[in-house]
Amino acid sequence: MTHEITESFRIAFAEIRAHKLRSALTALGVIIGIVAVTLMGTAINGIGIGFDRSLAMLGDDIMYVNKWPWHNVEDWWNYANRPAIVPEDADRLNRLIAATPESQLDVAVFVGARSASVKAGDYSVSGVYTFGTTADYGRMLTADFAEGRLFSDTESAAARPVCVLGGDVAQALFPGRSSIGGTVTVAGQPFRVIGVLAHQGSFLGLFSVDSQMMMPLGAYRKQFGTRDGNGELRVKIRDKNRLDEAREELIGDMRRVRGQLPGDADNFSINEQQAFKAQLDPIKQGIAIGGLFITGLALFVGAIGIMNITFVSVKERTKEIGTRKALGARRRTILLQFLIESVSICLVGGTIGLLLTYGLCFGVTVALPSLPVEFSPGLAVIGLLVSAMTGILAGFAPAVGASRLDPVVALRYE
Amino acid sequence: MAPENASATGLGEPAPRPVLPPGEVVIAIENVTKLYRMGAETVQALRGVSLEIRRNEYLAIMGPSGSGKSTLMNMLGCLDTPTAGRYEFTGRSVAKMDDNELAEIRNREIGFVFQTFNLLPRSDALRNVELPLIYAGLRPAERNARASEALADVGLGDRMHHRPNELSGGQRQRVAIARALVNHPSIILADEPTGNLDSRTGVEIMELFEHLYEEGNTIIVVTHEEDIARYARRIVRLRDGRIESDRPV
Repeated sequence: MTHEITESFRIAFAEIRAHKLRSALTALGVIIGIVAVTLMGTAINGIGIGFDRSLAMLGDDIMYVNKWPWHNVEDWWNYANRPAIVPEDADRLNRLIAATPESQLDVAVFVGARSASVKAGDYSVSGVYTFGTTADYGRMLTADFAEGRLFSDTESAAARPVCVLGGDVAQALFPGRSSIGGTVTVAGQPFRVIGVLAHQGSFLGLFSVDSQMMMPLGAYRKQFGTRDGNGELRVKIRDKNRLDEAREELIGDMRRVRGQLPGDADNFSINEQQAFKAQLDPIKQGIAIGGLFITGLALFVGAIGIMNITFVSVKERTKEIGTRKALGARRRTILLQFLIESVSICLVGGTIGLLLTYGLCFGVTVALPSLPVEFSPGLAVIGLLVSAMTGILAGFAPAVGASRLDPVVALRYE
Repeated sequence: MAPENASATGLGEPAPRPVLPPGEVVIAIENVTKLYRMGAETVQALRGVSLEIRRNEYLAIMGPSGSGKSTLMNMLGCLDTPTAGRYEFTGRSVAKMDDNELAEIRNREIGFVFQTFNLLPRSDALRNVELPLIYAGLRPAERNARASEALADVGLGDRMHHRPNELSGGQRQRVAIARALVNHPSIILADEPTGNLDSRTGVEIMELFEHLYEEGNTIIVVTHEEDIARYARRIVRLRDGRIESDRPV
């Protein structure tokens, strides 16, 4: 049996070599199908990886305490009357954290944020994510500084007009030169640049730390007022593998900060960036459905082509089949031989398809390094399995026909 | 008879030809009939044929086209089964065998030699000769050894890695004979083995068969040429699906 199989593979590859053009054209459908299925897988993988990378960029060990939850709510009236998040919430929370032995929480900071236009000389950038916070923010900052530093506790407490710029903002306002020591203005108020964050890149436009501007909370509130409903707490946790414990502790602490009685509903929401991941699922599903449709179509066309070529091959080699049967080949042997031939064409096509995809991915990675493209070995295995299945399905009918040929008739065939 | 034979092939006085004592019965067919359905018509290709072939026989089956000789050959070669009648191959009833059992008999007991050689064009001589051994389930090393030996026996030890299109007609037929011999079958069944060869090469092939016979092989040659049939030790003549005569040469 094993000898028959190895022999069949040997014959199959000899046949493919003997009919190069025919085999290539036949394999085309499979090649396209495999490229489609692996590109789809690569895209889906890439989205997931890109998202994780973005999360890590913003800090995937941060929990957000907001007035509103990030997901849409139907019963908005239950949320509208919640008290706003204020800087004092952060102070009280930090005192509770300090008093809790083995707390899962590290530090909480208040962040007040809004979108603003930032100018420097003739240059101007609008839609900059401008926020004020305290020097503790440095403990949850994942980006490195390209230049300069974060504002100090003293600067923060004194509400000094200093700021840290994201990489893109700095580049746009101070093209080709250092922005440290430069002055930018927000709503006519000057701020001195003391730090620039390293360029981090964004993914799918979801987040970009590169287009932000950070300043001491006091300065921010002086500029934009204190009645800012968009305030939030950012809480760094100690161990991101123990998210659930950290969340429980945070909820308990916040209820104490707010002085809530047992039985009261929380008057704040704990938000996590992990929740965004769920919002990507429809995108992934869309790609998967579209990809499956294209893949299915290409593989179907490929399978028809292979079925056709196997029928032709059986017809052409009728006399050979007769000879093989006369020499003792069983039905099973002939069936196996033609099945292996169609599977081999599909595997060759699948391998070419995988190499093409690999090349494409490599090219994209070189051309656009920020795009998260991941070609996984799992995809290669799936691609080859799909190819083999296509070969078996397409080759089955002609192979059965060949195995059932009457040797007398087959030998007489010219 | 010998002088006529010599003049027919133009090759002078042939050497005296030994007749080996026949051994046990290999093939026994009794009152075999075969019907073919050709569209609405039914053709009776064999109308009650009985024949016994023993080991170490050299038999020629003759007859004009339409006499049923091809049908009889297919039957003897276990490529086909009779419509009615008894067929025993070394004591086993072939008439009731299924496809797989027939394939095994063909593989182990019968060595086919075809008029058109029927070699695989993309395989070299060695690979072609190995084919029956692959179906017999032999390991590559043993296959290789036995196929090389068979090719050496037919005088092609130096042509093992030539493909059919790199060999002459006579050499191709010798590869086919090596392929027929390689599994040490009970009978060698040759269908017009010289039909596609010039007469000189044909004589070479027939001398190879003679040699194989003298080594103890059982040979059945199907032919319509008297000259070829005369190499055998016994000639069976068919006409209209019946045996017309069956006598030694």
